Amino acid sequence: MELFDDEPDTPRGNSPEFSVSEISGAIKRTIEGEFAHVRVRGEVGRVFKARTGHLYFDLKDDRNVLASVSWKGQAARLTHLPEEGMEVIATGKLTTFGPQSKYQLNVEDLQPAGAGALMAMLEKRRKALAAEGLFADERKRPLPYLPEVIGVVTSPSGAVIRDILHRLRDRFPRKVLVWPVAVQGQACAGDVARAIRGFNALQPGGVLPRPDLIIVARGGGSIEDLWGFNEEIVVRAAAESQIPLISAVGHETDTTLIDYASDRRAPTPTAAAELAVPVRSELLAGLDGLTARMSRGLELGLRGRNQRLADLGRALPRPESLLSSARQRFDLAAERLNGALRQAVSKKAVRLADLGLRTGPLRQALARDRDRLADRASRLGPALERQTRDGRQRVDRAVERLEPAMLRRLEQARDTERRVSARLLPVLVEDRIARARDRVLGLDRLRETLGYEATLARGFAVVRAEGRIVTGKAEAEGASLLEVQFRDGRLDVAPGGARPQASRKPKEPPPEQGTLL
Amino acid sequence: MADEARDVNEMSFEDAIRELEAVVGKLERGDVALEDSIALYERGAALRKRCEAKLKDAEEKVAKITLGPGGQPEGTTSLDD
Repeated sequence: MELFDDEPDTPRGNSPEFSVSEISGAIKRTIEGEFAHVRVRGEVGRVFKARTGHLYFDLKDDRNVLASVSWKGQAARLTHLPEEGMEVIATGKLTTFGPQSKYQLNVEDLQPAGAGALMAMLEKRRKALAAEGLFADERKRPLPYLPEVIGVVTSPSGAVIRDILHRLRDRFPRKVLVWPVAVQGQACAGDVARAIRGFNALQPGGVLPRPDLIIVARGGGSIEDLWGFNEEIVVRAAAESQIPLISAVGHETDTTLIDYASDRRAPTPTAAAELAVPVRSELLAGLDGLTARMSRGLELGLRGRNQRLADLGRALPRPESLLSSARQRFDLAAERLNGALRQAVSKKAVRLADLGLRTGPLRQALARDRDRLADRASRLGPALERQTRDGRQRVDRAVERLEPAMLRRLEQARDTERRVSARLLPVLVEDRIARARDRVLGLDRLRETLGYEATLARGFAVVRAEGRIVTGKAEAEGASLLEVQFRDGRLDVAPGGARPQASRKPKEPPPEQGTLL
Repeated sequence: MADEARDVNEMSFEDAIRELEAVVGKLERGDVALEDSIALYERGAALRKRCEAKLKDAEEKVAKITLGPGGQPEGTTSLDD
């Protein structure tokens, strides 16, 4: 048998062979040995808290991701829990997880990277809590004027509680219950929240007196030192406290989230004590002042009343003087009363007698008149009725006659009118007028030809005596003066050749009728 | 004087001194009837007594709560312990 017979010709060297678990274990040892304590800076990515209490999250930068884990016990001790987007420095050791061929950072401590990141996170948290209304003004409770018992949540050792007690003693010594808490570190937030809730859980009249006021106080420190007072659990406990709560954390310039949730914020623990109680000596002085004012007020009131009483008493007249003049008037009137009455009655009696009034005739006249009135009244109705009836009958008859006759005549008149208006044409009238005018003109011409004036032109003359036409000789001889009308005028002549007298009669126009025709 | 029925001895310092101030104000204005002003004065005297008692009762008593293993208060002890 050849010793190396079955060895293949492939290059194998002398490397040992590992099982998967062996190599996995070797890597684990190497990594854990090499990176037993590292600080890694990065941004927190996805965060997942398992039900087992382990906390898984990613740390990342712009190129790589480092899986990170905090086991249950470690996670509880973290002063800051990872939040997505937070820039952190994680401290721990690298380890591997063989079943998934994975390496990861086991985080023991987590710190926000730098104050800027911390403040950014704080602001984000503040906004979230404010959005829930935990900081709303309506939630704020007024502080009691003079609390009997003050609960102080702070470290029992240290300057803070001394400052508070000292200032309380100066102003108004009170009963103080100190609930000891850690004021920094990872226990801080839980302690403080538990203390606030614990004070609220105390019942009035219990073994431990329930405080009327809570002061949560801590001295100054770095933002990291004060961090516990920014934790949500503390903020919620403060917001939920039924007992009014003053927060006094850090110096005046430090503001932690509990300050937003508390009912009052004091810049320092000493200031918290000043907010908590009034100054006793001032109150005593004030009380003395009030007492004095009260006595003086009462005294002045009484004195004023006395004075007024005295003044009014002096001004009051004696009752006799008030009544005397009235009494005198009464006496006078009373004396005159009887006589006046008798006198008045007798006067009236005399006047009555003077009138000599008898009632008998008046009554008779009255009765007569009444009888007549009744008689007339009884006849009035029937008479009126009769007259009305007669009148109505006459009217009815007239109406009966009236209507047919009137209608008939109306109808005839309408017919006539219709006929006439049918025949009535303007041309009829105009023709007749034209004919009439022609006739008038013809007659006028005839008149002119037949008139005696025309004959005058032919040599005839008209002889008149005293205005009358003379047609015979005898008549002419009888007349004293004759008037002869020629064609172109008139001439007076005397019959028998005598010259007519000088006197001339006024010429008279010939009468219209004086024509030969 | 509607709250006259209230027992002065039950009142807090703040309530008592506030009412006392009101009483003094009324007496000083002098617009209350004589009988009322005397009753007011008596009420004021009682209030003053109550306030005084509250002010005299200014004893400092400081105790530290002792906590059990669960963080629950068990009792008290001196602050210096």
